[in-house]
Amino acid sequence: MNDETVAPDSIDLRAEYEGSGAKEVLEELDRELIGLKPVKDRIRETAALLLVERARQKLGLAHETPTLHMSFTGNPGTGKTTVALKMAGLLHRLGYVRKGHLVSVTRDDLVGQYIGHTAPKTKEVLKRAMGGVLFIDEAYYLYRPDNERDYGQEAIEILLQVMENNRDDLVVILAGYADRMENFFSSNPGFRSRIAHHIEFPDYSDEELFQIAEHMLTDQSYRLTAEAQVALREYIGLRRLQPHFANARSIRNALDRARLRQANRLFTASAGPLDAVALSTIAEGDIRASRVFKGGLDSERKAAMAGVK
Amino acid sequence: MRITQGCFSFLPDLTDEQISAQVEYCLSRGWAVSLEYTDDPHPRNTYWEMWGMPMFDLRDPKGVMMELDECRKAQGDSYIRINAFDSTRGFETVTMSFIVNRPKVEPKIRMERTEVDGRSIRYTHSIVR
Ligand SMILES: Nc1ncnc2c1ncn2[C@@H]1O[C@H](COP(=O)(O)OP(=O)(O)O)[C@@H](O)[C@H]1O
Ligand SMILES: [Mg+2]
Repeated sequence: MNDETVAPDSIDLRAEYEGSGAKEVLEELDRELIGLKPVKDRIRETAALLLVERARQKLGLAHETPTLHMSFTGNPGTGKTTVALKMAGLLHRLGYVRKGHLVSVTRDDLVGQYIGHTAPKTKEVLKRAMGGVLFIDEAYYLYRPDNERDYGQEAIEILLQVMENNRDDLVVILAGYADRMENFFSSNPGFRSRIAHHIEFPDYSDEELFQIAEHMLTDQSYRLTAEAQVALREYIGLRRLQPHFANARSIRNALDRARLRQANRLFTASAGPLDAVALSTIAEGDIRASRVFKGGLDSERKAAMAGVK
Repeated sequence: MRITQGCFSFLPDLTDEQISAQVEYCLSRGWAVSLEYTDDPHPRNTYWEMWGMPMFDLRDPKGVMMELDECRKAQGDSYIRINAFDSTRGFETVTMSFIVNRPKVEPKIRMERTEVDGRSIRYTHSIVR
């Protein structure tokens, strides 16, 4: 584009919304992700803001790239990574990042093991993320207050610099638990001031988790019998109370194991040929065999210990 | 003496915008881009110094341009070239290469003729600064 193009004197936001493909991304988000209403609302707001900003730029009313760096806070398995992918797509459609890919990293990808190792590692990641979105999971691990010579500090400084100077080139999303992230921002005000959008991911209700399960199974062409549905609802209630509960991720793992048991059951028990229904049905027993019903992994360990004594 | 090696070297020097566009093309073909520099542009000097590792998995030329800026800061009075490596089975070679930086004063390349075996001539080249 050259600078002499005459600015139009009006813009049709609706047409921009549909023409840019932003509409498609938001509809996909609605369709593919169960629940998450507050997150979806915030993303819709952000999309509106960016559309208006883009229109203002086209009319010559704004020149600066708005700050787009974000923080996604919430417990594990609440959909942060999944939404970040959609966000990258959205920012790309609206023209705020050139390529729209997501580079997902943790402390280990950024911070080195010895002096002089960190800067090249961080820069390597930044180069890969250019034109897209850099997603830093559990970002607070970059900062170790107990060790003032921790190499994380070097990565933090490079990141802050790039977040400021390369706002046209990439968007950074920091993700993690809400309380630790809050601490992280308090001790690193540079990050807080560079982040414009804070999005909180709530835990899912039992009902939402059940719907997520059904959604995942439908995607993989599996179905639950009525009894298996009851068992799964019970499973969700019990699993939530046990350690290392990770919302939708726990559900995904539970379903993976149920499929394993189903396959094993079919393989050992079936004599004759199997039809499509048999191959895609998960029965009550496939769910109930889980140790979650027996008090979970920890109680099993305790029992084993007691047995040893 | 203006050294002509690789692509585009008979054209005026590429602007950063043009370099970026060429890198975009390389990346769109799935080639891995790398930077090399040298103060010795002798045509037989095939392997220049590597500036960092080849850059795999890049999606956008900005990453290369950042490295080029760094390289110019450290080696501004050298030749710098961009190489694009095609890893396709059967090619597995540098498929495009072009100079993106030159020293302020370029050396000359002089050809020397040596008579051998009667009236036969051997040719060799040397850099003259
Ligand atoms: N609302 C949702 N609807 C459907 N599937 C979901 C939803 N939220 C998360 N998932 C699934 O749960 C798993 C974990 O989600 P992820 O985005 O990795 O969570 P986080 O990054 O917050 O730990 C993924 O497989 C994802 O597809
Ligand atoms: Mg995640």
